[in-house]
Amino acid sequence: MTAKTAGGIWVVAEQVAGRINTVSYELLSKACALKKQLKSPEPVVAVVLGKAVEEIEQLGRFGAEEIITVFAPALEIYQNDTYALVLQDLITARDPSLVLMGATAIGQDLAPVLGARLKTGVAAHCVDVRINEDNYLVAVVPAFGGKVLGDILCPNTRPQMATLKPGVLGKPTTVSEPSFIITNYDPSCSLQKDQGRIKALEVVRQEQTGMPLEEAEVIVIGGWGIGSQENWTLLEELASLLGGAVGCTRPVVDEQWVKSEQQMIGTSGKSVRPKVYLGFALSGATHHVCGMKDSGLVISVNKDAAAPIFAVSDLRIVGDAKTFLTALIKRIKGK
Amino acid sequence: MSLNIAVCIKPVPDPDYYDKITIHPVKKTITREGIPTIINPVDKNALEAALQVKEQFGGKVSVITMAPPNAEENLREMLAMGADEAYLLTDRAFAGADTLATSYTLAQGLKKAGPFDLIFTGTESADGATSQVPAQLAEWLDVTHLWNVQEFMVEDRALKAKMGMENGYINYFLQMPALLAVKRSINKPRYTSVMGVMKAKKKPLTLFTAADLELNPELLGLQGSPTKAGAVFTPSMARKGQELTGETEEIVEQLIQVLRGAGLNLETLNVNEAGRE
Ligand SMILES: Cc1cc2nc3c(=O)[nH]c(=O)nc-3n(C[C@H](O)[C@H](O)[C@H](O)COP(=O)(O)OP(=O)(O)OC[C@H]3O[C@@H](n4cnc5c(N)ncnc54)[C@H](O)[C@@H]3O)c2cc1C
Ligand SMILES: Nc1ncnc2c1ncn2[C@@H]1O[C@H](COP(=O)(O)O)[C@@H](O)[C@H]1O
Repeated sequence: MTAKTAGGIWVVAEQVAGRINTVSYELLSKACALKKQLKSPEPVVAVVLGKAVEEIEQLGRFGAEEIITVFAPALEIYQNDTYALVLQDLITARDPSLVLMGATAIGQDLAPVLGARLKTGVAAHCVDVRINEDNYLVAVVPAFGGKVLGDILCPNTRPQMATLKPGVLGKPTTVSEPSFIITNYDPSCSLQKDQGRIKALEVVRQEQTGMPLEEAEVIVIGGWGIGSQENWTLLEELASLLGGAVGCTRPVVDEQWVKSEQQMIGTSGKSVRPKVYLGFALSGATHHVCGMKDSGLVISVNKDAAAPIFAVSDLRIVGDAKTFLTALIKRIKGK
Repeated sequence: MSLNIAVCIKPVPDPDYYDKITIHPVKKTITREGIPTIINPVDKNALEAALQVKEQFGGKVSVITMAPPNAEENLREMLAMGADEAYLLTDRAFAGADTLATSYTLAQGLKKAGPFDLIFTGTESADGATSQVPAQLAEWLDVTHLWNVQEFMVEDRALKAKMGMENGYINYFLQMPALLAVKRSINKPRYTSVMGVMKAKKKPLTLFTAADLELNPELLGLQGSPTKAGAVFTPSMARKGQELTGETEEIVEQLIQVLRGAGLNLETLNVNEAGRE
């Protein structure tokens, strides 16, 4: 599409099983900040596709001035082709200048499809976005596992699109006086074009055990140097004593010391910012550090005094992980 | 059912060396000198998936990349692992491509080398890691696709596959031709045998330049890229660390004080004051 648009800062709010994903609120908070940076403010709009979605008004509380609901049985579960047909028509009709999506599994799949259909640019899993002096969106994108950050612009085509990683923007804030309208959009014209080449059969949710990383004030993280499943239980014990969550690096997922790869922190895992990060026996590879660098206090234990993690730590403990885990647990238990 | 299968692979600087990447202080370009080029790790999982399908149903596996000429070496490695033939798309006109222009060029290459029933890619490349090429490639080819595939099954001209999500997955049914972007966890890539290396030398490797493909020059390289790169910088993540020293118990005591100082309410967690039991 060409560069002149009717405007609007859009957030495609993601829902799974009728519930809105929290990254949607993070994006709305960011959209409100972008609105202030634009030369002339444009409305913040949230779009939700689904069958029936709970707590739509919540999107207004986090800053949406208009909430476009697109409800149909065919939209109950995410299907890339179907969702893209609807969103392409909606975007073409309303012509927003910016479209933000979460860099979730769904967002990372849907955004590039839309980019290809609208022949516009999409900045992938950005860590931040802002408006520059020329009124363009500048997306900050990590490369080489986060070692390098680069600004990406999309000056000639509209909308300017970006996906943002859940968690990187920090906690979203509600607006003091929410004021919003809800618009129901009928997708039947778009849905008629669906050739039915891809069909979602079912969503299977895997229940999380333990505290989610996003909510924890303390995260106890272990790396490959933990050495065994048996030692790993020490890490879990410490986390539960501290009322925190357990995180890990990629080799730990590969070794299957953790049940779910949802516990992995880093470029291909989660971005976290706990008050306290307690890391044991991990080297501090760029891919991992990228996901934890915004943590409050960073404490690391590693037997290698030259481990890269020490360069990004507030407190360094050179020594054996198991020894410290055992001693700390013993001290906390008061025995 | 004999299947014509393609695998998209990308040569990338070895991720084990990303700590060593710097930005030239004056030229502001990324310096990656001395870092070896390897095949994007997850693309080996893509090839493994393709080889398994071929073993089950018969057919042919082609690997393809859009890369500088020296990627021939990487393609030979894939032939040694078991692919039947290879295609290298290389031309100055392809340089500076973002995901849209990359996927366009790859699509035109695949059309020329194909048609293919099944195309495999990795979920993301280690360097740029946009994870956008697979979906956009499927769009240019007008085939169905699924990203972040953790499991799949080939049925008659169709697939059943699971797309991994945060806390679960979605089950899909897709018609072929289809493109699947596979996750690392989907399989374990096989090792290359000496026999494989020997055989690879004789397998066909075809070079396509821009002149060999049907291309709209406006959609290529820098010109065909709607996104433009601005400044690059290295985020400063360094912290002035302090080392805790002493006997284990002394360090643990210091840690407890620090945790309290950080506002953790250790009392509610039954942590005693230092020295008091
Ligand atoms: C595309 C891509 C994406 C990736 N994404 C991620 C990601 O999101 N998250 C992630 O974590 N990784 C990711 N990785 C992997 C990453 O590059 C590193 O390989 C990984 O983070 C290393 O994990 P580690 O520190 O646990 O292991 P290692 O690097 O092996 O380090 C182990 C450390 O433990 C120390 N140690 C050993 N024994 C002891 C002991 N007894 N006591 C104390 N210390 C000990 C060692 O000194 C060493 O420093 C990715 C890689 C690629 C290619
Ligand atoms: N230049 C390329 N040539 C061939 N395949 C590519 C290329 N770039 C990306 N891919 C494929 O697309 C996947 C995702 O890459 P990306 O979108 O760059 O993160 C990779 O795992 C490859 O399978």
